[in-house]
Amino acid sequence: MLVIDWSSFTPLNAALGGLVIGLATTLLLILAGRIAGISGIVGGLFRLSQGDMGWRIAFVAGLLLAPWLYRWVAVLPPVEIHASYGLLVLAGLIVGMGTRYGSGCTSGHGVCGLSRLSPRSIVATIIFITMAMATTYVIRHVIS
Amino acid sequence: MITQLIALISGIVFGIGLIVSDMFNPAKVLGFLDIAGQWDPSLIFVMAGAISVGFFAFRMVKQRGKTLLATPLYLPDSKMIDVRLIFGSMLFGVGWGIAGICPGPALVLAGSGYVEGIIFVIAMLTGMAIFEQLEKRRAMRR
Repeated sequence: MLVIDWSSFTPLNAALGGLVIGLATTLLLILAGRIAGISGIVGGLFRLSQGDMGWRIAFVAGLLLAPWLYRWVAVLPPVEIHASYGLLVLAGLIVGMGTRYGSGCTSGHGVCGLSRLSPRSIVATIIFITMAMATTYVIRHVIS
Repeated sequence: MITQLIALISGIVFGIGLIVSDMFNPAKVLGFLDIAGQWDPSLIFVMAGAISVGFFAFRMVKQRGKTLLATPLYLPDSKMIDVRLIFGSMLFGVGWGIAGICPGPALVLAGSGYVEGIIFVIAMLTGMAIFEQLEKRRAMRR
């Protein structure tokens, strides 16, 4: 049985943030013709021969700058990261390899792919969310 | 030059969206992934919000066949649901479930100055570099 955590559930902020993310993907798509898939944008940086580094670097710079600009107008909300450095390294390595083999992550498949009703992205999204839930289950309820 | 500027603005707006929705917070994401604990469905609302805008954007450019600036579209053309897609997505899911961090939030966390975010991003870049090396070897074997 699902037990909803009503005290953490923030549907309004979530939907508002989602609209903002949708706006960002729309901007990149309708003006630059590119998919806002973050693993694809970053992964493409390893293919210098493609000769399209500029916009990739600019997009990544935007993501890195976002919290600084946010801080100008408001206090950055606190975050909680419980994973140890070792687990972060392991998770990062797996995410880097997995997103490249799978041609996308939460943004590329989950947001852009579902927006354009791509069967590949629908399959990928179901798989990675299921695996992530299974992994979280094992870590939180089996191992510890 | 204009493309770079658009990409920069899009990256900033995307990052702000991740902060507003609190999806750059790994504890928040794990709250969604942990369906056996106290479940926080917020992530579904983020996806729904983003897709409700993106759906119309994709429909519009597909009909036009080019961008509003009359430049070409670079849309993925693969339709194959193959082992690579399935295996890769499984791997990504495991990595995402370990720390509650995926590529976008990782970059925003690193930009915020969190050591954890910087470590994750370096590891992620290493994983991507390993992928490129394995791809090169695969291409040479053929």
